[in-house]
Amino acid sequence: METKYLTEFYHLPEFKNLDGYRKNGGYIQLTKALLMQPQAIIDEVKASGLRGRGGAGFSTGMKWGFLPKNNEPRYLLCNADEGEPGTFKDRMMMEKAPHQLIEGMIISAFAIGSKKSYIYVRGEYEESITTLLTAIQEAYKAGLLGKNILGSGFDHDMDVYRGAGAYICGEETGMISSLEGLKGQPKLKPPFPAVQGFLKKPTIVNNVETLAAVKYILRDGAQGYRKYGTEKSAGTKLFSLSGNVNKPGNYEVPLAYPLKDMINILGGGIKNGKKLKAVIPGGSSAPVMTAEEVERATLDYECLAQMGTMLGSGAIIVIDDSKCMVECLANLTHFYRHESCGQCTPCREGTGWLEKIVHSILSGNGRMEDIDLLIKVADNMKGKTICALSDAAALPVLSFVTKFRDEFEYFVQHGKSKVKGTAYKTPNYIADKGHAHA
Amino acid sequence: MFQLSSEAKQQVLNELKRYESKQSAVLPALYIGQKENQGYISPDVIKALSVLMEIPESQINEVFTFYTMYNKEKVGKHHIQICRTLSCMLVGAQELTEHLCKELNVKLGEVTRDGKFTVTEAECLGSCGTAPMMQVTSLDSDKYYENLTPESAMNIVRAMK
Ligand SMILES: Cc1cc2nc3c(=O)[nH]c(=O)nc-3n(C[C@H](O)[C@H](O)[C@H](O)COP(=O)(O)O)c2cc1C
Ligand code: SF4
Repeated sequence: METKYLTEFYHLPEFKNLDGYRKNGGYIQLTKALLMQPQAIIDEVKASGLRGRGGAGFSTGMKWGFLPKNNEPRYLLCNADEGEPGTFKDRMMMEKAPHQLIEGMIISAFAIGSKKSYIYVRGEYEESITTLLTAIQEAYKAGLLGKNILGSGFDHDMDVYRGAGAYICGEETGMISSLEGLKGQPKLKPPFPAVQGFLKKPTIVNNVETLAAVKYILRDGAQGYRKYGTEKSAGTKLFSLSGNVNKPGNYEVPLAYPLKDMINILGGGIKNGKKLKAVIPGGSSAPVMTAEEVERATLDYECLAQMGTMLGSGAIIVIDDSKCMVECLANLTHFYRHESCGQCTPCREGTGWLEKIVHSILSGNGRMEDIDLLIKVADNMKGKTICALSDAAALPVLSFVTKFRDEFEYFVQHGKSKVKGTAYKTPNYIADKGHAHA
Repeated sequence: MFQLSSEAKQQVLNELKRYESKQSAVLPALYIGQKENQGYISPDVIKALSVLMEIPESQINEVFTFYTMYNKEKVGKHHIQICRTLSCMLVGAQELTEHLCKELNVKLGEVTRDGKFTVTEAECLGSCGTAPMMQVTSLDSDKYYENLTPESAMNIVRAMK
């Protein structure tokens, strides 16, 4: 069963509007927060154990604590770029409950002393953008945004910024460059955005789901929030389930929920009577798991890390036994090559090589040594670059080749897929060469 | 020679005032320019924006080429973008693309002879639970069509004016 904590009222169409949101408990926590000491809110968030839902899983309260302790202007930036393949939860949250995010953001902004926030939404999410802009207007009219919010003396302005198609803008420093009207190229850290971000001012970047959760921490207290999940993975999380299951969709469960139940119970099992072959548990950058590993896995940060993969953005991609793993990997290597911003040599060259080698195998021209070459190239891309895209491109390659090596070897030896039994048809996208953003 | 309409000029001027930094207006301005120029950005558009915004052409051009939602070439009246990334691929995105290209008699990236359609592939559009899907960008709308089959997609496309 789902645990509808953040998503309790998502089935109500009226939850989208200010009135409907207020009828269901909306903005009560903001009123409460504005009477608190900002530091007390930060402490509560720290104590709740909330970890960033955008991918890295960093402690939210701790991140807020990195802000300089002075009166320098600072920004709050909501990451709604949602580009990690397999992820579609933020879009649902923005379209079904825009005020939930806005309330969470005003509370967070008050806690960190920010007078201005932006929601950076990926350019394709036209409907999310329209919904948010409407909700923001409603909030201004009701005195929930602008000067002297609810008579508290706290001023805060909020706006939406539309991206223009680039996965790399989901990386926080790339996002800041983009919001500044530049190419979305990441910058070397440190300095971290909390110290030097948008327009060189301290900036807190948090994911949609992270900011939406803040209100519930105030409502239930840190201990109440911890009712769900584990010590190190507190609370509930939205998981985006996709691929070869009967009932794909977003499901909210407490962290540490069994992965197999997510697939078999909530997801209704594998589609078309096929068998499970593999699962990518945390967005395309997370190492793939075998069906046997899935049996043992729970959806929390520590279990998945222990098993050599990660919770990431919570995007679970399910692959059935009629799919060819060489073809699946080829699809992903193309994605990363297309999305590399090209600043760092290991990433720019590495993503190009990975795609070339996998496609050479796929076209039936692979050599046995190509399999180890893939591992070597991927190994050389780890930990050497400005941002984590390079690692994100390497991890799927390493895990696919290691765990499904037989399929790669078979393809090289026979010039055709072990699963499909046929030579591979060249994918459409192969005509598209080069890095789209470099 | 391309010129921004007075309405579009006003929109760009509003964007210039909207953010803390003037440069932040470049991304929104490019969207406005693209809309004014039938869905793509030509050197003339960059020139016009540069004059109006008082930002060097090279600086606008650099941003323009970085992002994939700004079209580099003319596209059809309806730009059909089919998501090709893994979740969609697993449930038939490639079949969808092939069917649409065949029925419309175009290769990926080409404009149909009547100027109405262009089919391209896009990277993950965040619609993985309702895959396969396509996004259709027309001059005054931008819409997701989800849970498609090759046939249902073609029916949607045929109904477009
Ligand atoms: C290549 C790359 C892409 C990313 N894409 C996203 C994204 O689409 N959405 C997101 O919230 N975080 C994304 N992140 C993580 C952000 O850099 C950042 O850690 C996050 O926004 C912090 O918010 P959180 O602590 O609330 O998770 C990405 C990171 C990398 C390296
Ligand atoms: S690692 Fe790749 S995407 Fe990240 S900054 Fe370097 S080249 Fe760009």
